[in-house]
Amino acid sequence: MPILSVEALDARHGLLQAVRGVSFSVAEGETFALVGANGAGKTTLLRAIAGAHRASAGYVRFDGTDITALPAHTRVPLGIALVPEGRKLFAGMTTEDNLRVAERRDRPGPWTVERVLEVFPQLVPKLKARAGDLSGGQQQATAIGRALMTNPRLLLLDEVSLGLSPVAVEQLYTSLRALMRGGTTVVLVEQDLNRALAVADRVVCMLEGRVVLERAAKETSREEVLAAYFGLGAA
Amino acid sequence: MSGPDLIVQRWTTRSAWFVAAMGALVVLLALGPTVFSAGLTDRLTTLFIYVILGAMWNALAGYGGLVSVGQQAFFGLGAYAAIRLSHAEVPVYPAIVLAGLAVGVLSLAVGEVMLRLRGGEFAVGMWVVAELAHLLVNLDPLVQGETGTSLIALNAVGAVARRGYNYWLALATMAALLGVLFALLRGRVGTAIQSIRDDEQAAGSLGVRVLPTKRIVFVLAATGCAMAGALWLSTAITFQPKAYFSVQWTAYMIFMTLVGGIGTFEGPVLGAVLFFLVETFFGARGVWYLVGLGAAALAFSLFLPRGMFGALDQRFSLRLLPLGYRVMLPGLLLRRGESGRG
Amino acid sequence: MILLNQLLQGVFLGGYYALIACSLSFMFGVMRIVNLAHGSIVVLAAFLLFVLADRFEISPWLALVAVVPVMAGLGLLLQRFVLDRSLRGGLLVPLLATFGLAIVLDNALFESFGADTRSLSPYIGDLSYNSWSITEDITVGQLDVLILAVAILLLGGLQVLLSRTRIGRAIRATAEDPGTVGLIGIDARAVYGMATAIAMGMAAIAGAFLAMRATFDPYSGGAQLIFAFEAVVIGGFGSLWGTLAGGIVLGVAQNIGAAIDPSGFFIAGHVTFLTVLVGRVAAGGDLFRFFIRRRRA
Repeated sequence: MPILSVEALDARHGLLQAVRGVSFSVAEGETFALVGANGAGKTTLLRAIAGAHRASAGYVRFDGTDITALPAHTRVPLGIALVPEGRKLFAGMTTEDNLRVAERRDRPGPWTVERVLEVFPQLVPKLKARAGDLSGGQQQATAIGRALMTNPRLLLLDEVSLGLSPVAVEQLYTSLRALMRGGTTVVLVEQDLNRALAVADRVVCMLEGRVVLERAAKETSREEVLAAYFGLGAA
Repeated sequence: MSGPDLIVQRWTTRSAWFVAAMGALVVLLALGPTVFSAGLTDRLTTLFIYVILGAMWNALAGYGGLVSVGQQAFFGLGAYAAIRLSHAEVPVYPAIVLAGLAVGVLSLAVGEVMLRLRGGEFAVGMWVVAELAHLLVNLDPLVQGETGTSLIALNAVGAVARRGYNYWLALATMAALLGVLFALLRGRVGTAIQSIRDDEQAAGSLGVRVLPTKRIVFVLAATGCAMAGALWLSTAITFQPKAYFSVQWTAYMIFMTLVGGIGTFEGPVLGAVLFFLVETFFGARGVWYLVGLGAAALAFSLFLPRGMFGALDQRFSLRLLPLGYRVMLPGLLLRRGESGRG
Repeated sequence: MILLNQLLQGVFLGGYYALIACSLSFMFGVMRIVNLAHGSIVVLAAFLLFVLADRFEISPWLALVAVVPVMAGLGLLLQRFVLDRSLRGGLLVPLLATFGLAIVLDNALFESFGADTRSLSPYIGDLSYNSWSITEDITVGQLDVLILAVAILLLGGLQVLLSRTRIGRAIRATAEDPGTVGLIGIDARAVYGMATAIAMGMAAIAGAFLAMRATFDPYSGGAQLIFAFEAVVIGGFGSLWGTLAGGIVLGVAQNIGAAIDPSGFFIAGHVTFLTVLVGRVAAGGDLFRFFIRRRRA
């Protein structure tokens, strides 16, 4: 049974339909990349899976249970965590408080502040600093760490490399690869196609709210994905 | 506007008729004191003052996005200024009009500070201004603290003539203030006001001059409330500061605006009529009636935020006054403007 | 010496203002709502305590143990049925709704209790008049000292709650970004409910001391709201301790005003408030600054 399945999902922003009839499923332990141009509906789709955006039709199932109607805060205890676009840290709070605030009593698991610091050692000297004063890479690490503190089974990452220096991106992905190897299921939105293909087991490309390509990462090429990305030819 | 099939309307036939009818109604109402009984004339004078209060509070909150719980400051100061001017030998009716204008000028200074505040800061800040105004007026030996005084000069005008003058002055003031508000809302200021109400920051970044626009609304509302206070004094004659500087006046204004329809031109007028009827029939119940007013304001703000007029408008597309624009495509009606809050 | 006494009494009065101000400032900090019914809620608590003392002969101290949770419970209801809905209606609706609520509360209290002024001072024994003499001219009331101590304890407790506890962290996070806390499993509405409950519990304590140190009537709420608001603004809507400082400045100003002229008490308070406002406007500063962020900065 897949850990996540999305069935004929629609999501709107007012009159604009951002996600149109999207279906796919993700197996436990898999790393799943969503690619597509800006405005293709990737962020809205991730938010709909996390419960931060209401679906207007279709279903989201987690571990076989229909969670479409659940608000975000009740999906977290089930094991879903989203690292939102733009990080959305609590800027006035310290790094440590940003991590601790996500601690959950109702979902025990392996993640503690100490463990997050093992994965993201760059945060160690910044624990008592205001999250708003951190560098972009440190902020992103904090945002991922905050999501991990909820002990997710499914981690949704939205453009985690956006706005970071190449060094910071490299550092981040080194940490993420360790996570993925550790068995956490990851759905990530990534602008960098090469990176998406390198890190993911499977790739889905979206165009104007629809899925136009779904492939195992090993079985596709950058050219094929790019064609789907721009809506060229038959994908 | 582009596209051959697009029709932009400002004056619909209905709204043109309605404005004409309103003008005719004012002319007809002007005949009032010669036709109506003394009691009815007095009651209608009161109604006109309520319409002024409702419309002015709405101008401030519904159009300027400024919730004030201190408009009684201007109501009380208007009455006080009339007393002072009359005491300085200004003929009594000119004194009433001048009082409103004088307080309007004073409000410019008040606005300089208060308009920098937002939301709740402005709301309570205005209440402090009202309290301070009340205390300072009490210090005037002429007023003698809470004992108060009277607009003695009115006694020189006969009771019958006074009733007529009060009525006409209230009617004229109401018509003039509504006319000014209408003209403002139709002009450049109106567009600016609505953009500020919808999103102050966005309006500012688009080049709307936020502060000057708010200032105009603030001064208009202050002048209107001061005129209402001076008119109230002309009907009541006695001036007890406590009665004029009471926050209850603002409660009435909020009730009228919320129940009638905040952010609509017609709403507060409807609200004032409703308030007038409620007061006529339930005013004698004393405090329960006030509980009812508060509960109605609470309920409308939560459940019917656009008030009675908003609800009616949505249902029947009333559009009595040509404030917004009506854009029509064959088979599609898009409306922009004054009553579209969402 | 007389002036010194006035100053000292002003400081103690400031303790009371800080007490009524802390829930107002707390609610604004967390939910960005200026609760216009705050004063009326304080007075409601005072009446509850009065009824328990007057009709059921329950000591106000004991009664407070019951009234604080009752008011906190009412806070949950207030959040659930009024504030939550009003927050979704835009910036103005919370103001309009809480003002409507204030009118309902004030007049319902009047209907139930009439216009008589009441006080709890007859029910707290000699605490209401006992005092310590510092010098010949300077005495401090024991109740005044107690009120200032309670204010400091409450503010300190609030600070510890916010900075050290799990719920405190959730409150701070929700205050910063209610749209994001859902993603880490926090229900913003539940946090708001909790915050309102805490604020109303503190308002109950403020109500108790309002009733013990002075008289009150059904329409006392407006003045309490204004004093609380003035204390918070003078303190800079900044740290919790700024609220205490603001309360003390207000209390001292009022006492100095009263020394000049009998009617100077309130005038001096309002003038001080407006002077601070004018000063801030002239300095171009943002008046309301979110206290939690400031404190952390």
